[in-house]
Amino acid sequence: MNQVPEVFPKNPKWEGEGKSRIPFWAYTDSDIYKRELERLFYKNHWCYVGLEAEVPNPGDFKRTVIGERSVIMTRDLDGEINVIENVCAHRGMQFCRKRHGNAKEMVCPYHQWNYSLKGDLQGVPFLRGVKRDGQVQGGMPKEFKTKEHSLNKLKVATRGGVVFASFDHDIESFEDFLGPEILHYFDRLFNGRQLKILGYNRQRIPGNWKLMQENIKDPYHPGLLHTWFITYGLWRADNKSALRMDDQHRHAAMISTRGNAQTKNEVTTGITSFKESMEINDKRLLDIVHEDWWGEPTAVMMTIFPSVIFQQQVNSVSTRHIQPDGHGSFDFVWTHFGFEDDTPEMTQRRLIQANLFGPAGFVSADDGEVIEFSQSGFEQKPYHRALAELGGYDAENTEHMVTETLIRGMYEYWRKVMEI
Amino acid sequence: MDLQTFIALNKLYADYAATIDAEDWDGWSEYFVEDCEYKVQPRENFERGFPLATMWFISKGMLKDRAFGISETLFHDPYYQRHVVGAPRILSAENGEIHSEANYAVFRTKLNGESTVFNVGRYIDRIVQTDEGLKFKSRFCIYDSEMIANSLIYPV
Repeated sequence: MNQVPEVFPKNPKWEGEGKSRIPFWAYTDSDIYKRELERLFYKNHWCYVGLEAEVPNPGDFKRTVIGERSVIMTRDLDGEINVIENVCAHRGMQFCRKRHGNAKEMVCPYHQWNYSLKGDLQGVPFLRGVKRDGQVQGGMPKEFKTKEHSLNKLKVATRGGVVFASFDHDIESFEDFLGPEILHYFDRLFNGRQLKILGYNRQRIPGNWKLMQENIKDPYHPGLLHTWFITYGLWRADNKSALRMDDQHRHAAMISTRGNAQTKNEVTTGITSFKESMEINDKRLLDIVHEDWWGEPTAVMMTIFPSVIFQQQVNSVSTRHIQPDGHGSFDFVWTHFGFEDDTPEMTQRRLIQANLFGPAGFVSADDGEVIEFSQSGFEQKPYHRALAELGGYDAENTEHMVTETLIRGMYEYWRKVMEI
Repeated sequence: MDLQTFIALNKLYADYAATIDAEDWDGWSEYFVEDCEYKVQPRENFERGFPLATMWFISKGMLKDRAFGISETLFHDPYYQRHVVGAPRILSAENGEIHSEANYAVFRTKLNGESTVFNVGRYIDRIVQTDEGLKFKSRFCIYDSEMIANSLIYPV
């Protein structure tokens, strides 16, 4: 007659075939997290590394991560982009400590093994030993071949100035990975114009990394949690909108067109975060200018599973890199950019609108907070489950935002890959 | 700089910290002239010449908008803030404008939590004399703690 469930299930099972009731242990179990790293970040997926504009000159490098593995993006002396793993072939040292820089070669300071910017081992001190009194002392065995000891080189894909990489050299092409529909929205943003880096924001969010993907696959919350969005019509349930996925339902685009600001109607009635009388003192915070490349949508939020989110919300554009660190924490790195042909006024507009986003953003500081408290809820009762049943039980593209279909799509894919 | 101005400058730094620690956000905007600039920026962006800031406000009106945002629009976990600000280091005082800097540390204390070092950095200030005393023409908070512990809601 004991109705109290076991709080920490020993052999957790996902009950039934559905994708709409996500067990809390999917966010709290460390073994599942390791399997995610293995299957989602280290195999068969293209992961975000950075923008080519971050390494504009030969010798430029940027250190970043894929999952929890440290990698270095380099532009070699031929001008090509490489991604190499930051682990010395000798004793495994994570040798590169700078976040960015320019160098002719990569040198591990421990024993000075040095590598080209492509990751090839170039030299090993005392390779042939030391000559003393006509005798050769020590050195590597004569079978040792430097060309067999390069750094781990990742497969690299670049498109529109964005760099992705994979540890898995048998992976499908980046274009096939995205699928034609998501690729269309990718190319809309990264359409070949030269990108200009505006800067970084970094935040450490004490929540499971999947919650960030879900947050940007969730059009339910922005018109409720984010007062600015609803009040100024930037994101509202009655905006013209569409939700699109690739055919495996792992990536998505939430597409929205700004509606009539501050219009009170059935969508805003009863929503406490709608502030009819809210006025901003300095209108430059919302000085929105239409750009030709947008076409109609004023906002397209793309989730490229598992590692990155591409944001266009009016004139603010950024990449948001998800860097998981254990089951209950991830780092969220924002790279805001513009385009080389932006006027100074447009650059200022993008920078001012950046006040809406990032760790202090008017509409995204609270995303980090709700993720933290979701995680706290999961940790306290891992036997329970989250509900994603707005709009039904299936995963399909829709022409509206009153649905959690993209989250269901992601978990359909997650269950398949994770075999859960 | 005369002693009177030096004392006024020290008072400005102390009062500013006390005002934001008291969560008086309207009071916070009153430390600035109308045509002002306030920036909270990671040191990385500052040193590499990237213009992006975590907060960037270019008028007193924008500071008031932030004050409204803090109290009315942003959902966040409650926390206390406590500033420890070093003595101002005066770089120049010419043509009615003082350029000064000071190191700061902000401790954050959440309910039921320990006090943690939340944000550490340097104020870079331009200060002018007005009828109501010294006010900030600009205050840049350039912070070393680039990895923000989740969200940054209050001004620094």
